[in-house]
Amino acid sequence: MSMFARVVPTPTLSLVLLTVWLLMVRSISPGQLLLGALLAVGIPLLTHGFWEPLPRVKHPLKLVRFVLVVLWDIIKANVEVSLLILTPRREPHPGFVEYPLEVKDRLTITLLANTITMTPGTVSTSLRMDNSSLLIHVLDMDDEQALIREIRDHYERPLKEIFEC
Amino acid sequence: MTFFVIAEGVIAFLLVAGGIFAFTGSLGMLQFKDFFMRLHGPTKGTTLGIGCVLIASMLYFTITQREFHVQELLITLFLFISAPVTGHMLAKTGLHMHLRFITGTRGSTPEFRDEDVGQSRVARPAKARHPWKTRRQRKRPVLPR
Repeated sequence: MSMFARVVPTPTLSLVLLTVWLLMVRSISPGQLLLGALLAVGIPLLTHGFWEPLPRVKHPLKLVRFVLVVLWDIIKANVEVSLLILTPRREPHPGFVEYPLEVKDRLTITLLANTITMTPGTVSTSLRMDNSSLLIHVLDMDDEQALIREIRDHYERPLKEIFEC
Repeated sequence: MTFFVIAEGVIAFLLVAGGIFAFTGSLGMLQFKDFFMRLHGPTKGTTLGIGCVLIASMLYFTITQREFHVQELLITLFLFISAPVTGHMLAKTGLHMHLRFITGTRGSTPEFRDEDVGQSRVARPAKARHPWKTRRQRKRPVLPR
């Protein structure tokens, strides 16, 4: 194991920490750079025992595309939910859906669960201990299978492509 | 001149839209009938509401003070991380406490398996390691069938 890998076990995390620190203090003076670098090295060293080994991002472009799709879906979700709240005459049909997971990696599951919570009318509720399925609460459900298919095509497949194959 | 008028319009629009989204998100707490439905308001409405307000703030200070203000992005980032996780934890707690949901809730009824409620053995996370002394490869524990 090289010296660099020993001091900086997770380069991406360190880079993110440094950026966040510089954004937070809003300056790139040498003092802040040094302090940020210290934090970026120190925090991962102290905490990386808690971290799962992170999967590699295999297709950065697809990741960007995924983020844009999710952002667009968040806006759509907000308009839909707002309409549902503001027009109380139309009674919503809530429901639970047990969604069988295809992805196996923990980070990917976390990302998927977060995405599901942020997007149209769905909140991830519970994850099975063996990571086999995710329970989703749906605000307004018409067709269980259609919903599962939509999540699979829209979010899980891209995530799987980005991180796993 | 026209640039400032347009910028002002955009900022005003974002502020008003953000306010409306945040308000309806909170209104959902009142409007919906059970706990799980109420979760939908705060996890979505408020996120975009606050997002809009932050973008407006970024634009305003970037234009008036003529330097880049991007630290509002950090607030959005933290919000996007924390809001879904909080929602998930709340919903899971709700399930564990057997909170009632309105009749007519469709789909598969939520049930816990034994290991989900801690009645049988589950895979434990590996022990924490010393930050720099030990560098063993960890194996993911295998779940008992």
